[in-house]
Amino acid sequence: MTDNKLLEVEHLTMRFGGLVAIDDLSFTARKREITAIIGPNGAGKTTVFNCLTGFYVPTEGRLTLSANDGPRLLERTEGFRISRNNGVARTFQNIRLFTGMTVLENLVVAQHNRLMDASLFSLAGLFNLKRYANAEKEALERAKFWLNKTGLYEFADWNAGNLPYGNQRRLEIARAMCVEPSLLCLDEPAAGLNPRESAELNLLLQSIRDEQGIGLLLIEHDMSVVMQISDHVIVLDYGKKIADGNPEAVKNDPAVIRAYLGEEEDDELPPEVAQDLHLDPKAQ
Amino acid sequence: MDWAYFLQQLINGLTLGAIYGLIAIGYTMVYGIIGMINFAHGEIYMLGAFHSLITFLICQAAGISGILPLTLLLMLVVSMVMTSVYGWGVERIAYRPLRGSFRLAALISAIGMSIFLQNFVQIAQGARVKPMQPLIKGGITLMESPNFNVQLSYMQIVIIVLTFVLMVVFSTLIAKTSLGRAQRACEQDRTMAGLLGINVDRTISTTFVMGAALASVAGMMVTLYYGVIDFYIGFLAGVKAFTAAVLGGIGSLPGAMLGGLLIGLIESFWSGYLTIEYKDVATFGILVLVLIFRPWGLLGKPEVEKV
Amino acid sequence: MSSLLTSSRVTPVDIAKELAFFAVLAVMMSIMILGVETVDRPTGLELALRWDLVLLAVCATVVGRLGLIVRREHLSRLLQAALIVISALMVFEMFVRFRDLDDRWVSPVTFDMATQSVGRAIFFICLIAIVFAIAYFSSAKGRPTGDEDESNKISARLQVAYRTNTKKVGMLGIAFFIIFPFIFGENRSAIDLATLVMIYIMLGWGLNIVVGLAGLLDLGYVAFYAVGAYSYALLSQHFGLSFWLCLPMAGLFSASFGIILGFPVLRLRGDYLAIVTLGFGEIIRVILINWYDLTGGPDGIASIERPSFFGLADFSRRVPEGVTRFSDLFGIEYSSMHRLIFLYYLILILALVTNFVTMRLRKLPIGRAWEALREDEIACRSLGINPTNTKLSAFAIGAMFAGFAGAFFATRQGFISPESFTFLESAVILAIVVMGGMGSQIGVVLAAIVMIGFPEMFRELAEYRMLIFGAGMVAIMLWRPRGLLSFRDPTILLNMSKKEKVAGEKS
Repeated sequence: MTDNKLLEVEHLTMRFGGLVAIDDLSFTARKREITAIIGPNGAGKTTVFNCLTGFYVPTEGRLTLSANDGPRLLERTEGFRISRNNGVARTFQNIRLFTGMTVLENLVVAQHNRLMDASLFSLAGLFNLKRYANAEKEALERAKFWLNKTGLYEFADWNAGNLPYGNQRRLEIARAMCVEPSLLCLDEPAAGLNPRESAELNLLLQSIRDEQGIGLLLIEHDMSVVMQISDHVIVLDYGKKIADGNPEAVKNDPAVIRAYLGEEEDDELPPEVAQDLHLDPKAQ
Repeated sequence: MDWAYFLQQLINGLTLGAIYGLIAIGYTMVYGIIGMINFAHGEIYMLGAFHSLITFLICQAAGISGILPLTLLLMLVVSMVMTSVYGWGVERIAYRPLRGSFRLAALISAIGMSIFLQNFVQIAQGARVKPMQPLIKGGITLMESPNFNVQLSYMQIVIIVLTFVLMVVFSTLIAKTSLGRAQRACEQDRTMAGLLGINVDRTISTTFVMGAALASVAGMMVTLYYGVIDFYIGFLAGVKAFTAAVLGGIGSLPGAMLGGLLIGLIESFWSGYLTIEYKDVATFGILVLVLIFRPWGLLGKPEVEKV
Repeated sequence: MSSLLTSSRVTPVDIAKELAFFAVLAVMMSIMILGVETVDRPTGLELALRWDLVLLAVCATVVGRLGLIVRREHLSRLLQAALIVISALMVFEMFVRFRDLDDRWVSPVTFDMATQSVGRAIFFICLIAIVFAIAYFSSAKGRPTGDEDESNKISARLQVAYRTNTKKVGMLGIAFFIIFPFIFGENRSAIDLATLVMIYIMLGWGLNIVVGLAGLLDLGYVAFYAVGAYSYALLSQHFGLSFWLCLPMAGLFSASFGIILGFPVLRLRGDYLAIVTLGFGEIIRVILINWYDLTGGPDGIASIERPSFFGLADFSRRVPEGVTRFSDLFGIEYSSMHRLIFLYYLILILALVTNFVTMRLRKLPIGRAWEALREDEIACRSLGINPTNTKLSAFAIGAMFAGFAGAFFATRQGFISPESFTFLESAVILAIVVMGGMGSQIGVVLAAIVMIGFPEMFRELAEYRMLIFGAGMVAIMLWRPRGLLSFRDPTILLNMSKKEKVAGEKS
């Protein structure tokens, strides 16, 4: 179990001036597992992602990624290098696609570093050397693979900005996967999806976990997604971890229920929340 | 160290800085509210200078130029009103149709407007330098030293005092009135402000008018202070005033004033102690340094990157 | 007439009020600047009144506004056109008065000039009509979608035809520019003008990398042009190096300048970058003016060496001992046009190299990264793209082409001075890029022809040239904010042919 560790977060703290967004957070994410981070709005979930992907430099703490070639410290790495050298890819809460470019181009841009190396900083490409042509073919194959996987093949030549919302969400995941990450961070991938799209997303994420053998880190509000597919759930509230465990254990944790519903005396959940929190037997 | 010389440069720098500051306010307000560089603002300032000069000539022809306070007041009011109309017109013609459109389109339109206005005045009033006799003469000798007398002219006093008064009035206007509130609301979120019943178009127009009025005051003061103007004065003054706005932190009124004063002082001391030829290099050099270490300017708020 | 001016929405009273409002504004804007002229006299400034101009300005505003009202109320296109033409004529009448040498506003257009201009005007109106037609047919938006009448279908078909055949249009353009000297071979001013336009096309293509592809707003592009020009002029004067050796060096120098400037400032957000680049452009100019020992100050550098025919032959009439004359090399009669035509082809080749490199880079990872960076820098960082290096490469490559163009400019003119490198030049180049349609290579050509060719043709109009130029910039931006040709060619396609893509986009 221990050699399966992918990401180890130890005593992560992030302060913005006087505001403590994350307070001494520690958790572990493993390979071939989907780790969900949930919590009320403003609990610091996205801040955790921003620290992991180099957009923020954490105030304190250590982030260790144990990818194939030994452990690396993420908090010491300059922003863009985290994706480049360590293979952490992410999606964004408000989708950030290259809207003026086509779907296929979005996926090719994601393979920038590999293509840059192959083209010797574009020089080989400028003179049309074979070395670059091969790399580009390979990149195209990878893009096609993920287009098929996300059901976007027929939209390949569309402008990304013209895609329907649900497809944009899936394209962002496909783009992140084209980086070939060892850890994929998804920031609310199911937000704004209808139930059918949401179910498709579950299948996609599960297949990424099982087929690619990478770790997934997931921020989500949609409990049906969280409870169905995650192997491990971490609950944040006001930047602190209040629960950590498998979905079954977490959803019965009194601290979690309190965080979501306030400090009410009656432990009885309103029926619709209970439905959300419990697994829908039909869907499995 | 010659303190007298130093003091003189300080006075000159503050005077120049006050003028830059007044122009810079127009840049900073417009940038704050619609996020564009109003490239034609330097030309508005030039138009202000021309309007005040022509008003003076009309007063002279009408034989009332002997009554100095009346003449000055007329110059001030007429040039403020007329120049404001230009400010309004520029926004209406060249910027409003492009609002919400492609960002660079408005910039190119602004540059086009600037070229147009410059050449318009050149054709209408001629390319030659226009001289203006000094109206406010004399001054106070602050300090006498064997080789140098420190002069504070009445004109300099007028410039600094008038700038200060205008600053106070405009700051109050923006801090206290509903117009100022509407402006600040539009700065934050134009769509939302519109939904809440603020007349966004009118607020933006007012911003342009206010900026133009201040620039015209600057233009009038330059006409009186230096005694020569031409159709080309707007460009360099505009660039420097925008530099001042960026230096002080764009979007901030006190920042614009502070930036203007700093630029004025830098220019004055650089020309006084080093080389007058390279004063512009010094100005821009300092701008680059400030932007590298404090991209949000001296008094601006750092922007938190939203991911 | 009354039925024309009354619609369900506006009453004549409303219209009268609106017109009165604009009339008042026109009075206020014109009464001093136009109505009063300041005249230099030995005793000081004096006034001269020109109320006729104020009247014209007011009338032009009112009639023009009426035209807009007619359009707004969907009344009559013919009436609208008539009103706008009348208003334009009034503006024309207002401005077509010339200043004599005493700086006085006197004579109207002379008959001579008018007849001279007519032929040229017809030629240019045709040219502009072509440009606008291309721009119109290539636009995807701005046309009513409901009523698809016959003409709409034709324009739609033409549009698809144009967009699917960009390459052919480009080839046609190149062919035109190649045979140009054969048509106008004896016409010195035509070749000169074509060379000038070509310089701006090259500069536009160079800046297109920075602004169009990478989305970096550079207002000081002319600085790199100046660096290129002065590098060649100085290297040739002080070390006697030949043009062919200096050309790559000029590009290299400019690129290094781009990197030195870009490194600290490329972290800045859009508009800050704009002001810093503008400042840098001014700094370079100030240095050129004041560093007298090196640059000759405002006097500039004169008698810069002309290029040889690739080091094989010279273009002068009298050549020193041991140097072949160009005309002798080919056994043809000497003509002073040879050098000009050679220079024209030289800049054509340089410009085409710029174009081909840009087109190729767009399809390479670095070019895609530029465009991605323009779209969303944060997403780029999350994908492991180094934003600083990517921007720097765009900046440096753009600067390099400006350096080449600068060296060419120096050798063509034989004389350079800081006058040639003012902010206005940067603004013009930027305007060419934005008006052409950001990132569109053919758009740059169209815009350069409109912006440079047109005003140069009317050089007699002197100061009016720039007035019209400025107004034209505003007008084109209002008409087409995204530029004349504003569509993006995908760098890679999977399923669809280009034709299907264009058609699919419209549905």
